[in-house]
Amino acid sequence: MEIWGIIAYLVSFAIMAGIYAVFCLGLNIQWGYTGLFNIGIAGFFCIGAYASAMITTPKPTGLYAHYVRQIFGLNLPFIIGLLGAAVICGIVAFLIGIPTLRLGEDYLAISTIGIAETFRLIFNNEHWLANGPRGLMGLPQPFQDLVDPKHYNYIYLIIILIIVVIVYLSIEKAIRSPWGRVLRAIREDEVSAAMSGKDIFHFKMQSLIFGAMIMGIGGALYAHYTKAISPDVFTPLYGTFIIWVMLMAGGSGNNKGAVLGAYVIWLIWIGTKFMTDLLPYTLKARAPYIRFLLIGILLEIILIYRPRGLLGEEKKVSKLVD
Amino acid sequence: MAELVIYGIVLGSIISLGAIGLTLVYGIIRFANFAHGDFLTAGAYSALFMATVVLSWIGIPDSNFGSLSFGWRMAIAFPFSMAAVGCVAIVLDRVLYRKLRQKGSGPVLFAMSSLGAAFIIRMIIFILWGADSLFYKPGMLRPALELPLGIKIRPDQILMLLVVLFLITTLHFFLQKTKMGKAMRATADNMELALISGIDTERIITWTWGIGGALAAAGGILYGIDVQLHPHMGWNFLIPLFAATILGTIGNMYGALIGGLTIGIAQQVSTAFLLPTYKPAVAFIIMILILLIRPEGIFGGSSR
Repeated sequence: MEIWGIIAYLVSFAIMAGIYAVFCLGLNIQWGYTGLFNIGIAGFFCIGAYASAMITTPKPTGLYAHYVRQIFGLNLPFIIGLLGAAVICGIVAFLIGIPTLRLGEDYLAISTIGIAETFRLIFNNEHWLANGPRGLMGLPQPFQDLVDPKHYNYIYLIIILIIVVIVYLSIEKAIRSPWGRVLRAIREDEVSAAMSGKDIFHFKMQSLIFGAMIMGIGGALYAHYTKAISPDVFTPLYGTFIIWVMLMAGGSGNNKGAVLGAYVIWLIWIGTKFMTDLLPYTLKARAPYIRFLLIGILLEIILIYRPRGLLGEEKKVSKLVD
Repeated sequence: MAELVIYGIVLGSIISLGAIGLTLVYGIIRFANFAHGDFLTAGAYSALFMATVVLSWIGIPDSNFGSLSFGWRMAIAFPFSMAAVGCVAIVLDRVLYRKLRQKGSGPVLFAMSSLGAAFIIRMIIFILWGADSLFYKPGMLRPALELPLGIKIRPDQILMLLVVLFLITTLHFFLQKTKMGKAMRATADNMELALISGIDTERIITWTWGIGGALAAAGGILYGIDVQLHPHMGWNFLIPLFAATILGTIGNMYGALIGGLTIGIAQQVSTAFLLPTYKPAVAFIIMILILLIRPEGIFGGSSR
């Protein structure tokens, strides 16, 4: 039985890292290829998770409605939840892009922090919207009737892997197209891209929306994995910071690096848990902070000594050039 | 309403202290410092450490000044904590940002590095003090004075405004009259020109971080005296700080002062019809409006 316990643990590890890989791929479009500095990933994480939760659950009725309040519940299938999460995140990204994308990159950064904090505050305080700080529970899982709930994670891992592959391939396709080359041109030198007749604002906007939609899918995948979400999950630490460390570690501007970074950093993150388990009892309550401190130091080391990450950027993105 | 405006000025003066430091760092070093909010937290907790551990060990009495909620311990801890956080800011620059400068990294890597520094500072505070809200003096009654128009204000808050006024006046004379202050303003105006004129920009950068960190620490301690201490307090100030900085035009100290007061008043007045927890969101909305209407801020000329 021991071996099955380990396998189950590895499966849950692979699922969480796979969800983070989706976020890293989304961030890679924005930062890795376009140079957009989004540090409010937690906001898109939160919106995607809540959007999919409310699309796939029924609106509470009867006695249950006294305990759980949500503004709507559509009871639609999982796939619609994913798409809905993507669309809503895309709309939010569009709205945040309007005032900020014409300005310097810092403005987008501080605005995305603002949007992340604002949505967390809204979901926490507005009980009528999605049950306030208690959050939503009992979210449906796709194909959950096929197997015993004990073994369900295997099915979800397959779903996650399929989605990671689809997202990966579609980004690779997009980034190797002329459209993708414009994004990289903007990242390298905005002025010369503009002089080549490219509308910088529109390309940046498309990149911001594309990345945010993928983050929305990541948020939805997370919601249906844990089956319960509440606003306190979407903190800057779990929702933004660790994803940045993953992308920087793996190599921004490289989709393989984004996926690799997600798995490596999640492994380190899990590893630090075993380390802090060795701490004396009095320090146990502070263990998560010690773990995040280590991750923060790791980011600084990467930024100074290996800013290109493990894999670095692929210099050639067109098969016509060699 | 008049009362909310007064409280807004108190809150706004704290935001101003942070925003002035942020705008100096932003204007002189061209560096969006996402750790600036956590400098406030660091200042508040280092004063807590000084007042409750070091100074009580030395044997400074714990009595209060008149009707204020603190005494000699805080009066001594205040400048020492400002110096301590100024040093923290300088050390961060030496350990992290200078290395990035030497490698010629892009501006976003600096911002990201400061975000990492913000989390490191916050995690250290979480590790040392835990996640609970703390007070400099728990369980103290803090009676308020009655002013005309039914305004209630605590003696602490009046003193806070005087402290902020003193710090800002000092900084004003420093920037206007001293050689270092003039060199700082010159660097903010045009870094290449400053270099050619023989200004040692590394020294300017060190001074800027020191001043920025010290002012942020002062803001954090004042907030701790007025409200409470929490490891997240500085993070909640980050959006108001940036909003004040942008509103007052990046690099403009007086703009940051006005911006800070405006944001503070707006945040407090909003509590008349919104939940107080929405204060950061109010600052965010104001910032978005500025970005839409006048991204260069009130004192900005048309784009340079």
